[in-house]
Amino acid sequence: MTISSPAAGSAANADPLSSVDALIEGLGSVGYIASRRIATALYMSVNLEKPVLVEGTAGVGKTELALSTAKLLGLPLIRMQCYEGLDESKALYEWKYGKQLLYTQILKDRMGGALADAPDMEAAMERLHGMGDMFFSEPFLEPRPLMRALREDDGCVLLIDEIDKSDEAFEAFLLEVLSAYQVSVPELGVLKAKTPPLVFLTSNNVRDLGDALKRRCLHLHIPLPEASLEEKIVASRVPGIDAKLTRELVGFVQSLRNLDLRKSPSISETVDWARALVLLNADSLSADLVRDTLNVILKFEQDIAAIEPQVVELLHHR
Amino acid sequence: MQHTLEQFFRALRAADVRVSPAEAIDASRAVSVTGFADRTLFKDSLCATLAKSSEEVDRFDAVFETFFARDTVSLPPPSASEQGEPSEADMAQVADSPLAQAILQGDSTAVQQAMEEAARRAGVAEIRLTTQRSRLTRRLMEEMGVEEIERIIANARRIPNGEGEGLANRLDEARRALFAEAQTYVARQHDLYAAASAQGLREERLIRKQLNADGGVDPVDYQLMQGLVRKMAKRLAAKYSRRRRTSLRGHLDVRRTLRRSMAYDGVPFDIAWKVKKVDKPSIVAICDVSKSVAAAAQFLLTFLYSLNEVVERMDAFAFSGRLISVNDILDDHGVEQAIFKVLQQIGFQQTDYGTALQDFCDQHLDRLDRRTTVIFLGDGRSNFADPRLDLMRQIHDRSRAVIWLNPEPESYWAQGDSVMYRYARFCHVAKQCATLEQLERIIEDVLRSYVPH
Repeated sequence: MTISSPAAGSAANADPLSSVDALIEGLGSVGYIASRRIATALYMSVNLEKPVLVEGTAGVGKTELALSTAKLLGLPLIRMQCYEGLDESKALYEWKYGKQLLYTQILKDRMGGALADAPDMEAAMERLHGMGDMFFSEPFLEPRPLMRALREDDGCVLLIDEIDKSDEAFEAFLLEVLSAYQVSVPELGVLKAKTPPLVFLTSNNVRDLGDALKRRCLHLHIPLPEASLEEKIVASRVPGIDAKLTRELVGFVQSLRNLDLRKSPSISETVDWARALVLLNADSLSADLVRDTLNVILKFEQDIAAIEPQVVELLHHR
Repeated sequence: MQHTLEQFFRALRAADVRVSPAEAIDASRAVSVTGFADRTLFKDSLCATLAKSSEEVDRFDAVFETFFARDTVSLPPPSASEQGEPSEADMAQVADSPLAQAILQGDSTAVQQAMEEAARRAGVAEIRLTTQRSRLTRRLMEEMGVEEIERIIANARRIPNGEGEGLANRLDEARRALFAEAQTYVARQHDLYAAASAQGLREERLIRKQLNADGGVDPVDYQLMQGLVRKMAKRLAAKYSRRRRTSLRGHLDVRRTLRRSMAYDGVPFDIAWKVKKVDKPSIVAICDVSKSVAAAAQFLLTFLYSLNEVVERMDAFAFSGRLISVNDILDDHGVEQAIFKVLQQIGFQQTDYGTALQDFCDQHLDRLDRRTTVIFLGDGRSNFADPRLDLMRQIHDRSRAVIWLNPEPESYWAQGDSVMYRYARFCHVAKQCATLEQLERIIEDVLRSYVPH
């Protein structure tokens, strides 16, 4: 008997969620090279049905982890970007005021007719009540990311990006969603997810998150990777790059991280740099080449100015 | 295993990793999913459920390695004459001591287990102080049944013709090995449960220490102080840097809704809600680094530095005779380097509050508006020069709030060349701030009500 599986099945034969090693392999097949700790946190999150709070400096692959997980599991990804002033109406649901108004306008005459034959004021009121409920029903509901995630019956990956940018009030509001996977909508009642979504929260540590939120999450801190891991990441992200060049550029970036810089280059910068070097048809690092492309890995003028005179030294130091 | 996990949680708490009961339950659930067989998996799963920040991850790693370090007891090998199984005569001698039996059979796991159990009975994990170590080691040995062994040794030595000599020597050697083992075991427990409380004690003392006392902060405690100050500054900033606009949900802005509805033939199609705008505040900090505050200058500058790190809109100035802007120095250097540079450029000269205020008003007065909070850090000792109260009044009138933190106690404020009591009239708050504890209280109480939020 043969089971015809969709294209996604060919990537990983075994269930990627069966063990941590299978998960590392599975993530590898969709282009995310995960360390053991990352995979373990993900594995625990699936098994304990708890959200993961991912921390780390910008560009170490926090968001990418959620994207890759969604790809690996074949689930839809619902993304919510947090910012100052984000509130329930933008995160959870909103009534479509415009549509409600439009419908009342269009139905004005009908309503007049329907109410015309009511014997007295009270009866008319009674009928109006019935219509009122009509306007606060599903068709007029505008679901926002959180509600969409809870209504995905087959589960989904919910990415709450940069939670530290949101207000404390919003963080408190999230608690119900994260611990019970349910929300209460006054007009409709409590909405509970059939399949709990796999939730990722990312944080850049702009502010300290509350203990209540941290307590409900598994914590994962993604550090800057070691050289060997970073080489693998570059090789998987930039296909066709020369192994020698990879080693050289990763070594250079690693040595930059030991220096006192305003913003140390992280993985995304390394990958961008690798792409740029491939575009320039470089097969090894030379001092001039590094100087010309330094602006890809360093994002501050002072950093570039500080590193430029040291380039030759850094290249030979390795 | 549950007991071991509980002990581990206790060790984590001692190392300042907060483990609440709910987290403990999560950790137990995680362990039941992963099992104990794979050490890395076990460790990572505990780490994911228990450690909640990168600092906590570091501490978790350290505690885990110490706690689950299980090197087996190294027993002396059986002597050459009695290869293999111990002789029956020897076994008869040690029949009533399970520990001695385990030693003779070379069963180090059993010995290790006996030590764990004895440690539990002796309450080694309750260790609090370094000085308890030797007493607890002795109790641990007693609980393991070392007296029995000593008795056996004595008996064996009494057997004529030296037939028991081999057994006695071997047990004696094992006893010494055990003692060494017990010592390291207790030392490890001390590291786990007591070392962190010593750190806590040091921090507590430092918090109360007068920072303008002779010599200021001990160089040893310097790092500790920086950490504490930074924590406070960060907390201040957290209160600060948020929420510029909060929409008042459910409050209709009638005026704007009507205005917008004009486009739709008067139908209120596009609803506008009321929005409350919250101004983003800014801070101007002016720090005295002259001779009279020399001892406290380090502390004040550390606070200034941390504040500059965490507050987005901040202007920092330092003065003794004249006043300079130190924003660039604070931005470009590490904390120690920055403090050194500031002191080198302007520090330890004669104080002149009048001239400093003049400098500020001439060059930087436009930095002040109704959103600005001005923080002065200084002792208000003007060397009998003109304090220029008129300028102080100007600053007071232009800014939202003026806060003065003075390292000297209030009773000194009118003595000698101090003009603090005169300046205090133009401050919304003037407080003594000589210890970290006071600084913390000020941040909590005063700034909360004077910094717009």
